[in-house]
Amino acid sequence: MTTILRKELADYFTSIRCFILFLLVFVASGVALYAAYYGIRGPISEPGPIFVKLFTTGKENIPSLVTFIALLVPLIGIALGFDAINSERSSGTLNRILSQPIYRDNVINGKFLAGIVTLSIMIGATMLIVAGYGLMMIGVPPTTEEIIRLFIYFISAIIYGAFWMGLAILFSILFRSLAISLLCPLAIWILLGNPIYNPYISFIVPAVSNSIGTQLMIARISPYFLFQEATMVLLIPVWRGWGLLTTTTTGSMLPNPLPLDQSLLIVWPQLTSLICLTVICFAISYVVFMRQEIRAT
Amino acid sequence: MGKKLVVETKDLTKRYDGTTVVDHLNLHVAENEVFGLLGPNGAGKTTTILMLLGLTEPTSGSARVYGFDSTREPLKVKRLAGYLPEKVGFYDNLTARENLRFITDLNNISYAESNRQIEQILEAVGIADMADKTVNKFSRGMKQRLGIADVLIKKPKVAFLDEPTAGLDPEGINQVLDLIANLSKMGTTIVLSSHRLYEVQRVCHSIGILSKGKMVVEGSLDELGRKALAEGHYRIEVETAEPSPQLVKIINKIAGVRKVETKGNMLQITTDSDLRAEISKAVVQSGVALIQVKIHEFSLDDIYMKYFHEG
Repeated sequence: MTTILRKELADYFTSIRCFILFLLVFVASGVALYAAYYGIRGPISEPGPIFVKLFTTGKENIPSLVTFIALLVPLIGIALGFDAINSERSSGTLNRILSQPIYRDNVINGKFLAGIVTLSIMIGATMLIVAGYGLMMIGVPPTTEEIIRLFIYFISAIIYGAFWMGLAILFSILFRSLAISLLCPLAIWILLGNPIYNPYISFIVPAVSNSIGTQLMIARISPYFLFQEATMVLLIPVWRGWGLLTTTTTGSMLPNPLPLDQSLLIVWPQLTSLICLTVICFAISYVVFMRQEIRAT
Repeated sequence: MGKKLVVETKDLTKRYDGTTVVDHLNLHVAENEVFGLLGPNGAGKTTTILMLLGLTEPTSGSARVYGFDSTREPLKVKRLAGYLPEKVGFYDNLTARENLRFITDLNNISYAESNRQIEQILEAVGIADMADKTVNKFSRGMKQRLGIADVLIKKPKVAFLDEPTAGLDPEGINQVLDLIANLSKMGTTIVLSSHRLYEVQRVCHSIGILSKGKMVVEGSLDELGRKALAEGHYRIEVETAEPSPQLVKIINKIAGVRKVETKGNMLQITTDSDLRAEISKAVVQSGVALIQVKIHEFSLDDIYMKYFHEG
């Protein structure tokens, strides 16, 4: 499997596709950094730790880094995964690999892992750039707690990206055409995972139910919503989550940041759900791929 | 025979959604043999090879390669067998050397060892000068040679080559066929599929003809010809200046002659053995001018056409 992992990684790092993705990610982090810098200098609206604000503060029309990540991570995942299997199938290399003495699952595991490594490097690099430059700009070092929060956020962003990549890989196994395997996960992303205008959360969910509780339940089907909740709880410690408390209670509360363990407690279901969705996606891909026959064409 | 069987299938059957692609196929390939799997497109040649390699599961029956069941122990089979797919594909962005290196890595061949082998094999297939060019610059012929290098690199004991000459120009075909012949001399058993007769005739020791998933006939080339077209007899053609009924009578009397037919100036004689000497003697003695005597060699074309007309 390491052979395939190594080859896939080498492919990713020499491909124009990844170069463009890296460029996109770095431009986004630059813009977000600019926004955060001016955003933080403005009147302080909320109490709480300063350093994580680098990641969550935007400026007027410019979104914050977490918004950029929520936007880009699924797209990176889809871009890395949508041609994983079907491009090998159509170029005839899949037959060649599978006739070598390796287990078939090594192929899909290797590809999935290579994607996760690439994804981690992209997200990690972005966060480190923002952290590094941000530290120079604002001069407030992060506390240990903030570092842990950011690390957990980093992991959950990888899982979130892995979900979209798993979905894209699944479609690349199911369909032979690259166009279909790209459009299917993109369509799902537009419906469920798009942070700019999310038709699922802003249209379908309110249409189904009026009660906030039920709405939350339905909204949480969307991996984007889960990730968004996780992000808010992790990086905006003052934030208490949706639906846990009514407006009247929050209104009379002191906006104190939650300690780390309490934040984790709130966000635990979201994180496990995200992991679960990713695992399901991967498991289906795995089963379909293992059962799929190599056919004479 | 007494030779060790490398490939053996027993009632191998594959059905796809109701259509039977391979139908109770019994195939035997002896060690160190070049076996040609012949058949028109869609006869089930590729599917058979895929099942032998354990890439496709048979609906029923079994396939064995060196005694290993292809379905249950595909990894053991894949360790011994090399496979050249019909539409061989390489990673376009990698060089020839890198593509081969990937295969040696997957086969756990050490770096130093694979370095040596890659050099050697690229030399052998005649693309050593292209070793460090990316594959997208390769022509069809070069890719096909790289495909053969790709099979050779793992030093297989048996190689399955699916249409190894498809899409090549005549010169390329010759080179590939020479490579195949060399391979067999080095002790590799080869199973190749093709629908081009004369290629198979050139390199194969024995052939099997597939039609609609069934093995129509299997055996060595001359054996097949006689079996197929003359029901085990020889056919001798005699051309004379003017054939006469007496001549026919005389020839009919020679021991071993079964049938004599006249077609213009030609006499077609069916015999039990090679009686050319006796027949020409008889013709000369009868006073008729003899122009030529030849034994009809059954070309694969004849055999092939016969089976496919019947099929």
